[in-house]
Amino acid sequence: MTPAQLKPESFQHYQPQARSMAERHLALLQTLPLSFLSLLLREVIAYDRKFPSERRELDYQFSYLASLPEAAREKELAPFRAIRVGGDLQRLDWVDQPARFSEALSAHLWSTHQIDEFHGAAIAYMDRATVAVPPLLPKMPRLTVVIIGQGVSKTNFALFRKLRAYGVFFTNVDPEGGLSTIAEWLGRRAAEVPDRYAHWFISGGAELSPAQSEFTSISYEALAQPRAAMSTVLRKSFESGMGSEAIRTRLAAMEPADIGLSATGSDAAATWFQLSLLSEGSGTQIFSTSFVQWAAREALRRAHPVTMVCRYTPRVRSSSMKDLLTPDPAKAPVMDAEGSLMDADMGAYQTWLNVQRLPGAGEGKFLCWFEGHGQLLAIAPEWKPGTQENRPTTFRQLAQDLQLS
Amino acid sequence: MKFGSISESRREFLRLTTGAALLRACPALAQHAPKPAPADRKVVVVTFGGGARDEETFMPDGQENIPNLLNLLLPRATFFSQVINRGILGHYVATASLATGAYESFNNFADVRPSNPTVFEYYRRDRKRPASDAWVIAPSNGFRLIGESGHKLYGNGSGAGVILPKRLLSAALGASASDADKHLLVDNYETPLYAPAMAGDLEQLNRMASILKLSMADFTAHARTLASPDELSVFLAQRLMRELSPSLLWITLHDIDIAHSGAYSLYIEGIRSTDRLCAELWRTIEKDPEYAGKTNLFILPDFGRDGDTDSGGNGFQHHRTGDTLSRTTWMIAMGPGFRENAVVDRPIESIDLVPTLGALLRFQPSLSRGKPITELVPA
Repeated sequence: MTPAQLKPESFQHYQPQARSMAERHLALLQTLPLSFLSLLLREVIAYDRKFPSERRELDYQFSYLASLPEAAREKELAPFRAIRVGGDLQRLDWVDQPARFSEALSAHLWSTHQIDEFHGAAIAYMDRATVAVPPLLPKMPRLTVVIIGQGVSKTNFALFRKLRAYGVFFTNVDPEGGLSTIAEWLGRRAAEVPDRYAHWFISGGAELSPAQSEFTSISYEALAQPRAAMSTVLRKSFESGMGSEAIRTRLAAMEPADIGLSATGSDAAATWFQLSLLSEGSGTQIFSTSFVQWAAREALRRAHPVTMVCRYTPRVRSSSMKDLLTPDPAKAPVMDAEGSLMDADMGAYQTWLNVQRLPGAGEGKFLCWFEGHGQLLAIAPEWKPGTQENRPTTFRQLAQDLQLS
Repeated sequence: MKFGSISESRREFLRLTTGAALLRACPALAQHAPKPAPADRKVVVVTFGGGARDEETFMPDGQENIPNLLNLLLPRATFFSQVINRGILGHYVATASLATGAYESFNNFADVRPSNPTVFEYYRRDRKRPASDAWVIAPSNGFRLIGESGHKLYGNGSGAGVILPKRLLSAALGASASDADKHLLVDNYETPLYAPAMAGDLEQLNRMASILKLSMADFTAHARTLASPDELSVFLAQRLMRELSPSLLWITLHDIDIAHSGAYSLYIEGIRSTDRLCAELWRTIEKDPEYAGKTNLFILPDFGRDGDTDSGGNGFQHHRTGDTLSRTTWMIAMGPGFRENAVVDRPIESIDLVPTLGALLRFQPSLSRGKPITELVPA
């Protein structure tokens, strides 16, 4: 099948809003080169379970393409038309299984040494398409708080090494009530701007107690059963001799119910999001630190939260050969608090980088706190980067200084 | 970031930390040409397993992770600051490209032989060497066919023996392997959860036990004293060197690839462990009369990892974007005939390794697409 052969009934297996979108833009879709079209359809097919910000971006992407005069659109798409897509690929079901097609396309691009051209074309296109989308500025300056180091009483690790150049390093913050104060900030901001998926709490341990419905909450502990179910699926796949690529394809086709998540409620987007954390993330199934980092990355990329609080907890220790060869089944899993601090410190830096990609990032505030301790790194537009503050302060005072309260 | 700026940073850092001299490719280089090759020259190639970035190795913040490379090896080595891999960034296919000197284009996860002749086949055929003289120690089942190509003019037993340490251990543990043991025997880190190693091959185990003069009991007992799969690989490499003294030994380390799990501290631990193992291998070379003074050691990652600023990736965790950082690596070359404490900052390609080995070991890698590295061997 070629793009020109697409018909309205080609999308009969799509969910209602996705089908409607595809049918509405059918004439445009018929003119697109396959290497480009398959990636677009990968987004379209998931439209019904996307976050509002993702839908908006996709809507604008269609508007952008449709708004281009024919010659300009051809020029825009020329690098994608130059990509050679073999006959084997064209025979795959790129309409109903665009994600699977994308994986095959990716392998094809690497093996035919076209990946650099494709990568370059995709970045150039996204740059232009992004400029065409009016930035959706947050209704209040973004606030991101990353809490790291739970369980570490003392460390020689150089905290916030990658972040210090961008903010103020506080060395003497009274840790008393720190967590509850941060939770208050989150709740207050969620009440002030009650937009869905605008405020997030991501935890490597439990959810905030008591549970709050004003913000989206994702926790490693709450997903214990789905994680176990996912491990079973993977183990059985390996045992059946399935190869790595086949397993990826299988994971891409999974639905929330396959691992015990319910997607029938009003929060389908969040449920599918949780599935994606376990089916697309690497290490998210076994390490709480990887889970928090990846969840934060994906939430920022997809939902553009106005407020995000990430709390890292110790992950299980990665066993050495010695431990593994002489296991003690009576022992509970050993946690690696110090290693987790290092993971989380890097995770905080990655989160800050991801925040910088969002509209209004320059006005946002970013805090990283060594939980239970006096060290905290704060980045705010009005504060001088690369400085250190040794005077005693409190979370309440910080909130005032940062105009969080 | 451009390739050049990466090189510049590495070079500047090395100049400051080691006082290394900059060695430029120019006619005057002739005066530094390597001495005539000893007739019994040996080569050991170590891939700095699983790919490591500059930030965690040769950049200022990374120096604490590679004390042995910096303090023990670099002062005695020529350092190439810009080794570019233009091929596919999957570990098996990239290592196969290193070993053939041509960018292989097969599916990284496919169970196939390299399509171009390997360095082992070139060496053994041209030098008429027996099978016992070329070996590969590889980290996972996916590498089991790396010792010999599917090329119609080569193959047919003309390649290297391939040792898969995890598979041997799996065979040695046999039915007694616990769930925890199985976790240890994870095959690779590129799947969302760990893929278990294939069942051990008892026949190969017995054959290797005989070659290495190592009982199964000793093998498993020693494994219990080790901290990581790469330590097992190095242990077997040392055993192989002691018992067979192969002239061409290729060791693919892989602990660093734990980075795919997303745990930064484990990635760093992998780098530190690999740094230590590289030094241990060099010490073994220097102590063993069969190797001392006549062995060239090459250490290089197969490729890097994604940069932090590419939104398509997730930083150190993967090598999927094909960005400049993930394509740019370095190489340490040391041993007789090579300049010591020198830095070469011109770009070379990872496929240049095989033609260079060809010049050193006197074979003709006729199908390699790389070029001999003139700072190491005559043009």
